[in-house]
Amino acid sequence: MAEYKRPSTEAEFAANFSPKKPLMSDTEAYYESSRCLYCYDAPCINACPTGIDIPTFIRQINNDNKDGAAKTIYESNWFGHACGNVCPTEELCEGACVYNNSDVKPIEIGRLQAHATDKVIRSKKKLFITGKPTGKKVAVIGAGPAGVSCACELRMLGHSVDIFEARAKASGLCVHGVAPYKLTNEEAVDEIAYLQEQFGFNIHYNKPVNGRAELDKLEKDYDAIFIGIGLGATSALGIPGENKKGVMGALEFVEVLRNKHQATAVGNAVIVLGGGNTAMDAASESCRMGAESVIIAYRRGPEEMGAYSFEFDLAKKSGSKALFNVTPVEIMGNGSVTGVKFIRNKTAYGKIEAIPGSEFVEPCDMVLLGTGQGKQVELLEQISGVKLDQKGRILDNRGRIVVNEHYQTSNPKYFAAGDAVNGGVEVVNAAAEAKKAAHGIDQYLKK
Amino acid sequence: MADLRTNLAGIKSPNPFWLASAPPTNSGYQIMKAFDAGWGGAVWKTLGVPVVNVSSRYGSVNYRDKRMVGFNNIELITDRPLKDNLREISEVKKRFPEHAVIASLMVETREEWHSIIRDVENAGADGIELNFGCPHGMCERGMGSAVGQEPKVLQTIVGWVKEVAKVPVITKLTPNISDITRPARAARAGGSDAISLINTIQSIVGVDIDQFVPYPIVDGQSTNGGYCGPAVKPIALNMVKNCAQHPEVGIPISGIGGVENWRDAVEFILLGATTVQVCTAVMHFGFGIIREILPGIERYMDEKGFKTIEDFRGKALPNIKHWEDLNLKYKVTASINESKCIGCQLCYTACEDGAHQAIALSNDPANRIPTIIDENCVGCNLCSLVCPVEDCITMERRDDAKQHLTWAERTAAGNIPKTFNDELAGGLHHWVPEPGEALAKKKPRHYKG
Ligand SMILES: Cc1cc2nc3c(=O)[nH]c(=O)nc-3n(C[C@H](O)[C@H](O)[C@H](O)COP(=O)(O)OP(=O)(O)OC[C@H]3O[C@@H](n4cnc5c(N)ncnc54)[C@H](O)[C@@H]3O)c2cc1C
Ligand SMILES: Cc1cc2nc3c(=O)[nH]c(=O)nc-3n(C[C@H](O)[C@H](O)[C@H](O)COP(=O)(O)O)c2cc1C
Ligand code: SF4
Ligand code: SF4
Ligand code: SF4
Repeated sequence: MAEYKRPSTEAEFAANFSPKKPLMSDTEAYYESSRCLYCYDAPCINACPTGIDIPTFIRQINNDNKDGAAKTIYESNWFGHACGNVCPTEELCEGACVYNNSDVKPIEIGRLQAHATDKVIRSKKKLFITGKPTGKKVAVIGAGPAGVSCACELRMLGHSVDIFEARAKASGLCVHGVAPYKLTNEEAVDEIAYLQEQFGFNIHYNKPVNGRAELDKLEKDYDAIFIGIGLGATSALGIPGENKKGVMGALEFVEVLRNKHQATAVGNAVIVLGGGNTAMDAASESCRMGAESVIIAYRRGPEEMGAYSFEFDLAKKSGSKALFNVTPVEIMGNGSVTGVKFIRNKTAYGKIEAIPGSEFVEPCDMVLLGTGQGKQVELLEQISGVKLDQKGRILDNRGRIVVNEHYQTSNPKYFAAGDAVNGGVEVVNAAAEAKKAAHGIDQYLKK
Repeated sequence: MADLRTNLAGIKSPNPFWLASAPPTNSGYQIMKAFDAGWGGAVWKTLGVPVVNVSSRYGSVNYRDKRMVGFNNIELITDRPLKDNLREISEVKKRFPEHAVIASLMVETREEWHSIIRDVENAGADGIELNFGCPHGMCERGMGSAVGQEPKVLQTIVGWVKEVAKVPVITKLTPNISDITRPARAARAGGSDAISLINTIQSIVGVDIDQFVPYPIVDGQSTNGGYCGPAVKPIALNMVKNCAQHPEVGIPISGIGGVENWRDAVEFILLGATTVQVCTAVMHFGFGIIREILPGIERYMDEKGFKTIEDFRGKALPNIKHWEDLNLKYKVTASINESKCIGCQLCYTACEDGAHQAIALSNDPANRIPTIIDENCVGCNLCSLVCPVEDCITMERRDDAKQHLTWAERTAAGNIPKTFNDELAGGLHHWVPEPGEALAKKKPRHYKG
């Protein structure tokens, strides 16, 4: 198989992970923007979680006002550039483009969006003026899409913002989760720098907010607190052999890959367990890292996979194979993984049932668990612990914060949005929710 | 099989497609190449006392991703010596005796006209075209459209030409005049054998908004130019029609202005042209476009059963009436083919904001297919023109096709509105929403303010 040669240099890595949606040249953007029909009450806008006025920004590109186009984009979505690159546009704006109804290729909205925003990021053009200072201070925990979007919007409203980020880089899963062929580290970080330059919020790096004491201090020093911490580490599978050498979480694998590139250790025969987007990404990425064989193993049939079909298609195109209706029962090996023992399933009345005696072992030297991310219950419990007593604030049993329509938690000083609230969707959802949360905070601070 | 041979006032050519006098006919080299590619004739780049040109020389109107839908130039007539052109004319005629080579000429005095006409006839030209159309540079020097705009002067000069010319004479008309038939009639009166039109339209094609100078820019400055290309075709078609319909013009026409494909050519011919001339399209795409034009017109003629160009020349003219003679009883309304509709709602916003509020949207946001409110539709066509899907909105006939009543007839019968608030106003019973309803209307979610 091996459609990709194992990369040993940065150039080879870049070639294997070449952008899925490369930046458009001016000419390409001009031609593509010319095709947009400028629909009335355009369905693409309504399909965008942040409601970007797409026909307007496309028309601005076409009429040689790219600063204006970028402004239109950012007004709705502070992660305009990242989203242009990483959004599942096939399922969102581009999937709603009216051209789909006439067998004409839909407008490449994501790439046009990335084109316009790239221009202003590179020219460092300031497009926004922050609001008149209100004297209020907001602490934001986590510098991911949710945290940074909330910070930008709060600055527009005149509040000052300090972001506390556990890691050394901002933009959350955009730098340590999203596939490198969608967005490079530089692109992700440059957008944050561009936003920070305009909005003047502070990011305190390597500053995880963990203990009760730290929360107390934040509560004392700030008028409101926003939680944008995303989700936690990959959940365990709960089968024997899970801690053998060569078994790791798909998310953790991607994080290493994003940072170490070609130096990332990847086996020759990789089995990815799971049917979600993270599993598909990990499979596509293992192929690009030169694995001889990559198998996606999923408990149910292809139709039931949580992943978008285009992500599964990409994994297949990259060289992955798939095993359906199999449940892993044991990870085999003596210290290091040598294979996964599966049992075959059949589905009866929507429930899967193991077929007795159908066990088999699929050999491999690496297993990636695409079994979903756990919630950051530890931190959330710290907050709730205190507040639960007095204010009756609750976490649901999945560790998610229950918020009202202003993204305010049951503790009125705390607001939250993004993966931590929605359980893990897309960057664009985090950006949309966090913007609303900022307005919720604004209203709260005005009271 | 279609026979494309044409004869314009005695100038014969294997097909009606000529190159207009312009940069593509600047040299014998280019014209030989064009004839070899399939063009039927060429009007040589206007000869006279050679000029000196500026740089740059051209400007363009681009429409979205389409380049040069309109084109303008500030070039003058040939800048090459007459003897070189004469030698090349003979060479071309020797190699292509069946093709039409027409010499375009622009000089000042009677003596100059006489002398240059003899020269080009001796070189073998099949005809002469008088350039009274150049809208820039030459008129300041008393030539070109300055002459074309003065029918009397034009007639005198055509007279001088006819004193010596042995080959047919075509007078090329400038469109920079309010009634094109006046110079056309003057040309006829002066003895011209044919007319050709249109030359370029005075224009400023755009302004560089950073340097504050119109295009094309010559050392930080500019001047008005001559407009041509696809954008001018409608103006040219109308002028050709005006000349073709006018009983006092009555001489053959060579149609020019925005011809780019076989269909454009057919349109000119249907309005009375015998041949067509092409400039901008060749400057844009090269001589090769003839490879689309020839099979295109042949297929059209075969399909319609037209054996020669004459079989359909002027065929649309009887259907062009004055407005007051059109049937007021004819009634069409728009109809949307739901299976073709892609839900862009351009028809809705066009009719709602730009016409008669005769298209409704569904209350169900998931259904994006608009519906026509038949009783509000005035049958203007707008929605069918903006619809991006082929044949999705059609205009359907609603009257019984039995009645015929024109404005002229109504006027004769005294049955027309005469006062400002006349009960006979055409729009009196059309439904128009109250002004205040505009502000109460539901707006798309993303509209601000
Ligand atoms: C493998 C993978 C691929 C993905 N691919 C895509 C994609 O292609 N397109 C797309 O749109 N979405 C994708 N997503 C989803 C997307 O990345 C997330 O929905 C989005 O990043 C959520 O933003 P967030 O700000 O809520 O959380 P995160 O991006 O997780 O950001 C949380 C931030 O908070 C910090 N943090 C956490 N805990 C603390 C703490 N206690 N103190 C201080 N800081 C803390 C983290 O370091 C991080 O920077 C993908 C997700 C994964 C896992
Ligand atoms: C349907 C239609 C009706 C028009 N009616 C008028 C009119 O009543 N009075 C007028 O001065 N111009 C009228 N015009 C001309 C326009 O005002 C304008 O001068 C012309 O269309 C050129 O501008 P444009 O290229 O932006 O269309 C009309 C144009 C259109 C398309
Ligand atoms: S739906 Fe497609 S064509 Fe219509 S406005 Fe949106 S991008 Fe343009
Ligand atoms: S024909 Fe004119 S009036 Fe009728 S629906 Fe279409 S745009 Fe409206
Ligand atoms: S313009 Fe045509 S395609 Fe668009 S909504 Fe109207 S009928 Fe449908």
